Amino acid sequence: MKLAATLCALVAALFLASLLTGWVAANPAAALRALVAGDGTPLSVVMQDIRLPRAILAVMVGASLGLAGAALQGYLRNPLAEPGLIGVSGAAALGAVIAIQTGLALVFPLALPLSALAGAVAAVLLILMLAGPRGGSITLILAGIAISALAGALTSLVLNLSPNPFAAADIVFWMMGSLADRSFQHVWLALPFMALGWALLLSTGRALDALTLGEDAARAMGVDPFRLRVTLVLGTASAVGAATAVAGAIGFVGLVVPHLLRPFVGARPSQLLWASALGGAAMVLAADIAVREVLPERDLKLGVVMALVGAPLFLHLIYRTRREMA
Amino acid sequence: MTLLSLNALTVRRGECPVVDAVSFSVSPGECVGLIGPNGAGKTTLLRAALGLLPHEGLSSLSALPARARAAQAAWMPQSREIAWPVEVETLIALGRIPHLPRGARLRQEDRAAVDAAIARMGLEGFRTRRATELSGGEQARVLIARALAQATPLLIADEPIAGLDPANQIATMQVFRALAEEGRAVIVSLHDLGLAARHCTRLLMMGAGQLVADGPPPEVLTPDNVARVFGVTAFWAETPQGPVFQPLEVTR
Repeated sequence: MKLAATLCALVAALFLASLLTGWVAANPAAALRALVAGDGTPLSVVMQDIRLPRAILAVMVGASLGLAGAALQGYLRNPLAEPGLIGVSGAAALGAVIAIQTGLALVFPLALPLSALAGAVAAVLLILMLAGPRGGSITLILAGIAISALAGALTSLVLNLSPNPFAAADIVFWMMGSLADRSFQHVWLALPFMALGWALLLSTGRALDALTLGEDAARAMGVDPFRLRVTLVLGTASAVGAATAVAGAIGFVGLVVPHLLRPFVGARPSQLLWASALGGAAMVLAADIAVREVLPERDLKLGVVMALVGAPLFLHLIYRTRREMA
Repeated sequence: MTLLSLNALTVRRGECPVVDAVSFSVSPGECVGLIGPNGAGKTTLLRAALGLLPHEGLSSLSALPARARAAQAAWMPQSREIAWPVEVETLIALGRIPHLPRGARLRQEDRAAVDAAIARMGLEGFRTRRATELSGGEQARVLIARALAQATPLLIADEPIAGLDPANQIATMQVFRALAEEGRAVIVSLHDLGLAARHCTRLLMMGAGQLVADGPPPEVLTPDNVARVFGVTAFWAETPQGPVFQPLEVTR
């Protein structure tokens, strides 16, 4: 429980720091007073309509990605599983891009998240089909590469066929992943899907624990493999799909966070679920603060920063896995 | 009362039956050894009996709903998977999952079952070790303890003693025998016919998917059966220290 308290405190502190980070300089006390007051002053508008939704979205997106990563790793019994790496985020992005490009997103506001969700569902199903129930690392990563490549190629095709270069540039920036200029509309759009995803994923804890002993032993302990798979697919797709729909593709959170936290929960998959949700929230909050602090005059993208931090960690993880296998 | 009854259990791979119309039942107090050469269908039979494989014929276990089945029989698969570096005690406590109410933590009785399993398998000194860092034999004992912690009337184990040292092989077979004497039942597949002869109350001999012989060890391990199914000759003697069985020469 010490870990839970620590992670909660960390998320709270970073949430506060995120609220106090941004273009408009104001002393913290005044800013927080303006946030609560909502008196229509410019500072109050900035706090309530720009910074608050941004911080809330960082928590939601981070929690979704961290949780989905931990659940996928537990299910596939593989520390290299991650929604971004195995193509789920890429496929969700493809779905979103199609919705933007076809103008569907303008006609019908739910088209963007639903389309991202559909992309994510397709990718998770393909991954589970290709990687097989035993989830060997190599088949999983290869399946992930193939699906990422396919999603990337189809996204490029959409851009390629885009009649308007400005729309294309918009999409490219959107895909880099960012939480800048999001509003409460985005929060309300994503929240129902994410909440559904969280509930589904958190319910898999005990089955994931049982899977530590392999699929056969888990089934003999009363775990229904079909139900677990469906829960996991829908949960991951709905959490990651919604995250991608509002924030673009943000990779490596689901890889790095469970990896860092695993030793602190005694490697138990069920405990890693909530820990990774909190850890993911903290990580995205921190990265989103860094994005605004490091190069405030350039619009540095969250997904870019995440990948810059995550990719070296991923390499380190592969190096360690290789050493353990040798 | 029987803990498991199979009636004409058949498993096909394509057209070819891998397990061919096997029938038997197991009662409390029995320590049943399932023997047979590689590829005889032992693992397939056990998995089908547990309802882990599609099959024809009847198995009283696979007919149960998943939760009731988990309360009736514990299963230790041959592949000794331990996916994450969890502590030994945590791993053994996974055996309590079928008994825990939704969302509950380990209760007093669960801890007692885990402690009893640890004591039985002599794992007291390993409690806080990481299961993935143990030797293969130690992992096998931890996984047996995990199955024991499930505290079911029936324990089914697929080659649990393969890879153990002689002392631990004997100790494990004695644990199984003790469980049977307490009124539970054990079905264990194994390749060491000497241990099977000494510690099991009953042997099931499989060859090419069929149940060739079923009965007390002296009636099953006859020279004829052993030659026909395993293709070896063997030495058998009743000694003051109990039965001794030793395969000798390959006959084919």
